[in-house]
Amino acid sequence: MVKEKGFNPTKNYNKTKEIIGYVPIQQATQEIYDRIGFMSGLEVHQQLLTKRKLFCNCPAGIYQKPDEYDAEVIRHMRPTLSELGEYDGTALMEFKTRKEIVYHISNDSACTYDIDDTPPFPIDREALEIAIKISLLSKLNVVGEVHITRKQYLDGSIPTGFQRTGIIGIEGEIYLKNKKIRLIQLSLEEDSCREVSDIGHIRVYRTDRLGMPLIETVTYPDFVNPDEVKEGCDYIRFLNRSTGLVRTGIGAGRQDVNVSCRGGSRVEIKGVARTRWIPKLTHNEAFRQWALLHIRKLLNEKIKDKKKWKINHKLINDNEITFTNKSIKNAKAAGLVIVAVNMPGFKTVLSHFTQPGKSFTDEIGDRMKVVACLQKPFMVTSEDINPKLKKNEAKKVAKLLKSEENDAQMVFWAPRDDIKTALETIEERCLMAFDGVPEETRKSFEDGTTIFERVLPGADRMYPDTDSAPIPLEDDYIEKLKLELPEEIIVRYRQLKKWNIPEDTYTYIFSKNLYPLTERIILELKINPVFVGTFIGHRLKFIEGHFKHVKEFNYKIIYAMFKYLLDNKIELELARYMLSVVYEFPKMDFDSVLESIKFRKIPKDEIISRISFLRNKFSEVRLSDKPENEEKWIMGQLYKTAIGNIKLSELSEIISKKTSK
Amino acid sequence: MDNDFFQGYKGDALKILRDKNVRVWGQAHIETTRGDFQGTVLPRAENDDDQHIVLKIATGYNIGIDVQTITDMKETGYKKANYKIPEKEFPYTQGLPKVKLFGTGGTIASRLDYRTGAVIPAFSPGELYGAVPELADICNLTTEKVFAVFSENMGPKQYVSLAKAIGKEIENGIDGIVIGHGTDTLHHTGAALTFMVQNSPVPIVLVGSQRSSDRPSSDAALNLMHAMHAAGHSDIAEVMICMFGPTSDEYGLLHKGTRVRKMHSSYRSTFRTIGDTPLARISRKEIIPIKKNYNHRRKDKNVKILPYFNDKVTMLYYYPGMKPDTIDNLVDAGYKGIIFVGTGLGHVNKELYPAIERAHAKGVHMYMTLQTIWGYVHMFVYDTGRDMMAKGIIPTGNMLPEVAWVKLSWILGQTDDPDEIKKLMLTPINDEITKREPYNGYLVYQGGVPEVEEFIKKVHK
Repeated sequence: MVKEKGFNPTKNYNKTKEIIGYVPIQQATQEIYDRIGFMSGLEVHQQLLTKRKLFCNCPAGIYQKPDEYDAEVIRHMRPTLSELGEYDGTALMEFKTRKEIVYHISNDSACTYDIDDTPPFPIDREALEIAIKISLLSKLNVVGEVHITRKQYLDGSIPTGFQRTGIIGIEGEIYLKNKKIRLIQLSLEEDSCREVSDIGHIRVYRTDRLGMPLIETVTYPDFVNPDEVKEGCDYIRFLNRSTGLVRTGIGAGRQDVNVSCRGGSRVEIKGVARTRWIPKLTHNEAFRQWALLHIRKLLNEKIKDKKKWKINHKLINDNEITFTNKSIKNAKAAGLVIVAVNMPGFKTVLSHFTQPGKSFTDEIGDRMKVVACLQKPFMVTSEDINPKLKKNEAKKVAKLLKSEENDAQMVFWAPRDDIKTALETIEERCLMAFDGVPEETRKSFEDGTTIFERVLPGADRMYPDTDSAPIPLEDDYIEKLKLELPEEIIVRYRQLKKWNIPEDTYTYIFSKNLYPLTERIILELKINPVFVGTFIGHRLKFIEGHFKHVKEFNYKIIYAMFKYLLDNKIELELARYMLSVVYEFPKMDFDSVLESIKFRKIPKDEIISRISFLRNKFSEVRLSDKPENEEKWIMGQLYKTAIGNIKLSELSEIISKKTSK
Repeated sequence: MDNDFFQGYKGDALKILRDKNVRVWGQAHIETTRGDFQGTVLPRAENDDDQHIVLKIATGYNIGIDVQTITDMKETGYKKANYKIPEKEFPYTQGLPKVKLFGTGGTIASRLDYRTGAVIPAFSPGELYGAVPELADICNLTTEKVFAVFSENMGPKQYVSLAKAIGKEIENGIDGIVIGHGTDTLHHTGAALTFMVQNSPVPIVLVGSQRSSDRPSSDAALNLMHAMHAAGHSDIAEVMICMFGPTSDEYGLLHKGTRVRKMHSSYRSTFRTIGDTPLARISRKEIIPIKKNYNHRRKDKNVKILPYFNDKVTMLYYYPGMKPDTIDNLVDAGYKGIIFVGTGLGHVNKELYPAIERAHAKGVHMYMTLQTIWGYVHMFVYDTGRDMMAKGIIPTGNMLPEVAWVKLSWILGQTDDPDEIKKLMLTPINDEITKREPYNGYLVYQGGVPEVEEFIKKVHK
């Protein structure tokens, strides 16, 4: 489009990336995070292990495949007022999308409550109890009475249009290795539907996960660098799991991460499934905000009166400009309308760096996709990194729009009904750039980048649930629950340290809630803690990652295995070889396990007695005279027989002694 | 401080609020044995206990504080919430029909009530446009709040005042009438208005919602749009009930006020025409008639308003072993009419015969309807039926029990001549008794049967 010679979007992208001081996460230091004012907090969701759903008597944890369903129901959502008489911004945005929401219902996992055709049943007491226990572990002030609140969700993920949720505790704290993190609250809520697809104006959900009990632990924004956020998240997840009362597996724990930089806004990265993705996501988000603040500065320097700023657009008729771009040709063939848009003064802004591989153009495009429900690809701009318009086409577009030197242009295509919303969205997003960082929720990708999901909802989406009575929580009841709590993760962490168990085993031990087992083996069977810790944290982890899981396997079998070895006076080292068999065939008795790994019980003395014979043998086959070679060779010959019968370290010492004679 | 400052609080909770000078809508800092809490004190529902104080915390959630755990509390600020639906003047569009909306309360127009903690009818019809702006594309709307009561509190007085209000509107040349109404007794009102407003030249549409309009997935908005569409544009000039067809947000059905019944306590698609097909299917775009014969819209104003009602009519739902004194007591209490809701084809046990005879002798008008809901009363098949007819109970064909109650009340408001009453009862005004039941008039499918499961999967419920 109208370009001064030498303006190159790629160069501009790289230049702006440098100006704002973006560095990859590997090179980032605390000084860098302090410079941009990195700030982050967490919302950690955890499904509870209950028999039924939270507000109805459907079983929890029964899942349906994407195409399996018994009935379909359609709903449209409309924004409503909050208790304090305000509309919520997200709600208004969702309403604009005019989505038709389709629910795929399976009779096995959903009832008329799930689909909002029956009022709620009394809350699941089992779930309530677990939530209180975790609140107590998190040092939260437990409320005197739980009030069920409706939290509006107009994306359709819940057929009622709101999530029933109640606060269990507020103002708690957890301890990381080096600092304390404050908690805002813990709530008990019903889980939402799982999305099947979202194409154009139709979004499809499955109702199997809907209504399952879930807790949400919310922290203050106390984290000051990306690694700390991950550490905190792991801690909360381990704390939840330490009760043994929560669900595990894919989707059972999910987190939303709130991030801002100095002068930025709270942005919520939604649904991060794995904690190891957190560092890169939070790093990039802080820098995206830092970049948007730079864009704000540029715009306010260039454009004096924001209030007068607006886009202008033209529908492009068939004969006006002939585009060679394939996407535009396809769009025309599909009957979509082609629209050219001029953004005054936005030159250099569209190709401004925002995230690795993304520029301000994506900020506009991602919003158009969500709000106007456009299907990608739907736009080209004057600042695409790989230009998609020929020079003369771009010139014609600029001329048609009467663009000036410092303007930027976009051409997009859409169904006629969506054009008005698309244009409003472009203008709205551009105007927001004058103010800095819009508050949004963003969807995360494994590569560490994010895209716009929706406007960030606020307190205005809360409404008391008139269908539920408040639930009093008496002191006696809470005192009783306190007696059933496991000790804190930080206490356990310190104990593992004291036992000298290597730190690289902790994540596995905590994430699988294996601390109680580890402790029991160490204390009751009196086995060396380092041996037990590494056996579980390394060997078991390895076996679990490489062998097929059968549902009969239970970690408790490891205790039984060690006890068996002790009772039969077999060296514990054999456990290493037994484990893969025990893991795959947990019903096999231990004698048979020994047989299957071809273990034979041979007295210690007999093994030792073989050394002198082997010495003679070595002198026959010897390759070198070095005593350590002799030792190694003899050890190699005896190794298989020795395991389980004599401690390998002991045997090695004996061989060493005998060969040095 | 005056009691209003402590809306809904009583007993221990009220005492501590008073002692500590903390008002409802005040920001409070509360110290308890379970830790500190901060937030806005909210009113408490009257029926909830006196042991908790409700607080809205900064994140927007409400919690309750156990007053026994409170060690100290302080008011740090005050801000009263102002719950108000944005009110906009309804725009006038040349060429669109004039529709009058009567507000009567109920879930279609409701908001939160702190007194009971439930929803109350308080959302004035004038605010509807603020919530459902699409209405302006359908008609030119004027509204009038006739009264505000919950559906279960609707009764004879309300029927009469509605009928009169409708008559006045037709006189003034309105193109259609919509009545916003709670759903519980929507069909009673439908029947009452069918009898009280006869020969209407315009559609009279009753509408409600099964989910209050304070919920994002409420059926209120779509029902209203359908109802306005029917009132303004349809050719069917009858008293109708307009509610969801399936539970999905797809289309509505127009039911005759005399043949419809609420069949599920909470489903959106709760209203069903019984023993016949609905009048028409309605969407935001079109009205597709299902029944071929109906009363057409007219230009004249020749409506007959017959606002009569006698409230000495009762209904008796028979159960095995019912004792005669249930009837005796009703007669002694002065009831003039009894609608029996009998078993099977219309039966009650022999033990009641003497009481029935006594009632008949005292001039009580007795009619038989059915617990089966579907089908015709048929008292010739068994002896008991013949006995009962001989003792003065008159079968009412396939008239629905609620409709029979409304009709007898309406008739007794006009005459007490038994023959006249019987003639009026058995002469249908608008299909409250039909001559035939079509094969698609009774469809209660059973889940689990393969062809039904296939149907449910394919067709939106």
